[in-house]
Amino acid sequence: MLEEEKAIAEISAKLLPRLKVEKNVWKIDAEGLHYRELNSLLRAISRNGAERIEAHNVCGQRYVGTDLDAAIQIDIYGTPGNDLGAFMNGPTIVVHGNAQDGCGNTMNEGQIIVHGNAGDITGHSVRGGKIFVRGNVGYRVGIHMKEFQNKTPQLVIGGTAQDFLGEYMAGGVILILGLDLQEGEFCKARFVGTGMHGGVIYERGNILKPSKETNVMQVGKRDLRVIESLVKEFCKHFGADYNAIMNAKFHKIVPASKRPYGKLYS
Amino acid sequence: MMKNIGKINNPYNDDKDFDGCSLFGMMNLEGKRFSARDPIRAIANMHERGNGLGGGFAAYGIYPEHQDDYAFHIMYLSKEAKEKTDKLLRENFEVLHDEEIPTRTANVRDPPLVWRYFVQPIKQRLEGQSEEDYVIAQVMRINTETGKAFVFSSGKNMGVFKGVGYPEDIADFFRLDEYEGYLWTCHGRFPTNTPGWWGGAHPFNILDWTVVHNGELSSYGINRRYLEMYGYKCTMRTDTEVLAYAVDLLMRRQRLPVEIVAKIFAAPLWSEIDAMEPKKQQLLKALRQTYGSLLMNGPFSIIIAHHGEMIGLTDRIKLRPLIAGTRDNFLYLSSEEAAIRLVSPTLDRVWYPRGGEPVVGKLGERPTIEVLAYREEKVK
Amino acid sequence: MKTYLLPEYIVERDAERCIRCKVCVNQCTYDTHYYDAEDDVIRSRDENCVNCQRCVTFCPTHAITIRKNPNAYRENSNWTWETFRDIKKQSETSGVILTGMGCDKPHFTYWDRLLLNASQVTNPSIDPLREPMEIRTYLGAKPDALEMELENGDVVLKTQLTPQLCLETPIMFSAMSYGAISLNVQEALARAATECGTYFNSGEGGLHKSLYKYGSHAIVQVASGRFGVHPEYLDVATAVEIKIGQGAKPGIGGHLPGEKVTEDVARVRMIPPGTDALSPAPQHDIYSIEDLRQLIYAIKEATNYTKPVSVKIAAVHNSAAIASGMVRAGADIIALDGVRGATGAAPKVIRDNVGIPIELAIAQVDQRLREEGIRNKASIVAAGGIRSSADVVKAIALGADAVSIATAALVAIGCTICQRCYTGKCPWGIATSDPWISKRVNPEIASERLANLLRAWSFEIKEMMGGMGINAIESLRGNRLALRGVGLTDTELKILGVKMAGE
Repeated sequence: MLEEEKAIAEISAKLLPRLKVEKNVWKIDAEGLHYRELNSLLRAISRNGAERIEAHNVCGQRYVGTDLDAAIQIDIYGTPGNDLGAFMNGPTIVVHGNAQDGCGNTMNEGQIIVHGNAGDITGHSVRGGKIFVRGNVGYRVGIHMKEFQNKTPQLVIGGTAQDFLGEYMAGGVILILGLDLQEGEFCKARFVGTGMHGGVIYERGNILKPSKETNVMQVGKRDLRVIESLVKEFCKHFGADYNAIMNAKFHKIVPASKRPYGKLYS
Repeated sequence: MMKNIGKINNPYNDDKDFDGCSLFGMMNLEGKRFSARDPIRAIANMHERGNGLGGGFAAYGIYPEHQDDYAFHIMYLSKEAKEKTDKLLRENFEVLHDEEIPTRTANVRDPPLVWRYFVQPIKQRLEGQSEEDYVIAQVMRINTETGKAFVFSSGKNMGVFKGVGYPEDIADFFRLDEYEGYLWTCHGRFPTNTPGWWGGAHPFNILDWTVVHNGELSSYGINRRYLEMYGYKCTMRTDTEVLAYAVDLLMRRQRLPVEIVAKIFAAPLWSEIDAMEPKKQQLLKALRQTYGSLLMNGPFSIIIAHHGEMIGLTDRIKLRPLIAGTRDNFLYLSSEEAAIRLVSPTLDRVWYPRGGEPVVGKLGERPTIEVLAYREEKVK
Repeated sequence: MKTYLLPEYIVERDAERCIRCKVCVNQCTYDTHYYDAEDDVIRSRDENCVNCQRCVTFCPTHAITIRKNPNAYRENSNWTWETFRDIKKQSETSGVILTGMGCDKPHFTYWDRLLLNASQVTNPSIDPLREPMEIRTYLGAKPDALEMELENGDVVLKTQLTPQLCLETPIMFSAMSYGAISLNVQEALARAATECGTYFNSGEGGLHKSLYKYGSHAIVQVASGRFGVHPEYLDVATAVEIKIGQGAKPGIGGHLPGEKVTEDVARVRMIPPGTDALSPAPQHDIYSIEDLRQLIYAIKEATNYTKPVSVKIAAVHNSAAIASGMVRAGADIIALDGVRGATGAAPKVIRDNVGIPIELAIAQVDQRLREEGIRNKASIVAAGGIRSSADVVKAIALGADAVSIATAALVAIGCTICQRCYTGKCPWGIATSDPWISKRVNPEIASERLANLLRAWSFEIKEMMGGMGINAIESLRGNRLALRGVGLTDTELKILGVKMAGE
């Protein structure tokens, strides 16, 4: 039996009409599907060796991309629901639109590329993988990102962020570009890096006003190499002008201490 | 007597209800009426946020043929309660028309008898009270008199429809597809301690003011005690009721503008106030000093509506979601963007309002959004 | 007459450890220790020991242990050691038993029977380390509503609020007068209050000129003796407090003995040195509520309505009605002092038997003012038995706007609550006007200890608030749903306005 046929055999009759395969791309019409239906479809397809999936008419279905431990790319058209790619371990998700709250929640490995905006707590507790957002992000983004063994999660924001960016940040990299800001504008974000005790936030220009537990520093050569490589990827994903983006002064925001509350207790 | 409804609403005598929710609001800024179809679809799209124990809608502009009469929607738990209430209504109001609210069989639980009345207060009975205060007093009286009758809507040319079920099923039950309004707010509820009381669903209403709410007010205890000083009886023991009364006190009775009320419910931080220019600082300081007990503390997002205005607001550190979008003459507010996209795949603007900064839609005006650093992403 | 009193404490000295350095001899102000040169040994007069632990703390070799006298009369539940002592003492002196600090009996503490709430699932607890957590408090009358107008698109405030005290933490220092405590201690309180953005209270003994620079963080008292009250005194402070009563001795006046009235104390109190400073029991211009109004407005006129006026009463049986009258008389702040409140000197029988616990007083006053719709018109400050940040949080949840602490503050700078403040010989240099003993308190170090305490408590308050999901203290104030009771009767629960734990 062909791989495709095997996959199809696993899919309930109800969902079959939602699926077609064109040039090795599996296309799903997700309109009106419950998230359990959509995710069971994705599971069945990925188990059988699919490499590319397109989900169309996605509208609010949660947890897309979770429980798929394969090097698979899922292109989402529409607005995926909360917890997109939660606990994800490997796949690449491309959202052609906006993502909602909890995008990349506790992701272990993989990539999420959002062509629009992403909501609150994007990148909550991510431990590995990359998230690229072309537009703006909401509150508490990158909260408690952390590094583990050889994993360093990376989050790139093309636009602006709101309050509590990098709150409790324990590791990893956040790069914020503020591409749509005019000269002199900045992110209207309070409490940036509050409780930060690891990792680094790079800002393009001076667009953040970080909290007092952090230090703002000039970037060094090593920092620039990280920035350059992330911007390159960003440009590849979104077709932006690399030189224009790099033609700016970057700063890094780092925790003032690894143990900001060392003196708190007696 | 008074305890009855509170007891039904909160059978375990908890401090208050604890519930989570979905919100959706949709307003035509030119006042053009539209059917409930889109609001129902949108709120149904957030089915996962509710648990089937509460759904409701507020619709404005639905009774043009009775636009100057108070439209009372009343639920009855017994025939005797209706008889008593009918008598009470006829003593205090001129009842121009009354009928059972048309319903159809739907997937809802134990519906009560629901009746609507179009009424005018009997002028001689006002005794110096404003007409509005009189109506409120009568509504509170009905709600506490028998314990089995509950006015869940009391404004002019608007109506609340709510009950136990998913919002889409409540809409089905009340045949909302047959109504047209220019402003709809909708709610899907996830209560933790109110198993089946229709009155406990949102929206909460007083006159033409309605509130739908997601979240829990940690400040409920003091919000309530403050409002009790001003004569409000918090019989329902829900934080949403407290919000509705606070809106009534501040916006109707004290005539404070919505922007100011937002700064009371979601006050700026002292550190921000301290950094303001002197005049603004004086105002915001006085607001916190005076109305501190009405700070709505804890996670919330709410949509407040009355004729001509729809307001979205979240708590000051944004612990509950709210997203806003516009398309042509429509303003949308929602717990999730997908719900807006479902009814309007293309939007002129879509943005995440900051915690404590209200989004206000006014008839005839485009909503102004915060200018600084919010440049909405254009997504095809 | 041969005294039948047994020493209360026994001083034990480890001869092997003792190096005869005489620190204990020098530190004890009660002459308990003395050096016997003949035997090259240090000995003690046990009967003088008050168990203040000064010698123990300063002994470099930890050679001293103070023990409760293990000798005891025959056990008797009614006739305790304390009752025996008091009767014997009185039979030998015919005096009123004097004591210091607050009631030491266990039967009035409700704080320990109130438990706090925390958020789980339905709303998030808030992390005060990383998210904003506001405990700033304004004391003073608030209007019921604000009026504002639109001017060129801007909202402009029309209502002018009456003067307010701004507290960066809802904890103030209670009134302690110069004379009762040393100037060094008052200075430490003033400096810590200034540093932490709160207030100290001059007490009724006037305000030393050297403390005028802390006027922006001073509340000055006008009490029955009117010591040191003059226009400059009123002007230099930020608020004025009329002292009607005190929790440790409701209905009782004060008596600073002439030997404590040194040149300096006399100058500040504006009386001749060496004379007794007598504070009458009542204020003799206040025999009724309308008289209180007269004094409140006299002070408001004298300060041109630039300062809030506080009225302090001891918490007594009818506090709710009294407080209501005080608000109507124009008090901006109601200061309530509970039965466990401390003092420099009070008859023990009064201290331990008159007044009501502060917890019940807060609950009753707050509720009554709300029922009468006048809660906005005054702030409530609670004092008398606040021992920890948890007590502060509970007081505020019951309905207080802020609290005042005195015993805790003194403990922070050395006090061990030995209850002998009235002797004027405080070995810790606190409750004394003796210039030599006073030097034991270094204002700089003492103010650091006080500021540390306030900071630590403030942070603990924030932790408790955050746990409840509350990030501004105004949402805690009067929010009795934050509390539950344990081991309380229905009546007690009703008065406190809290539910039983588990309910």
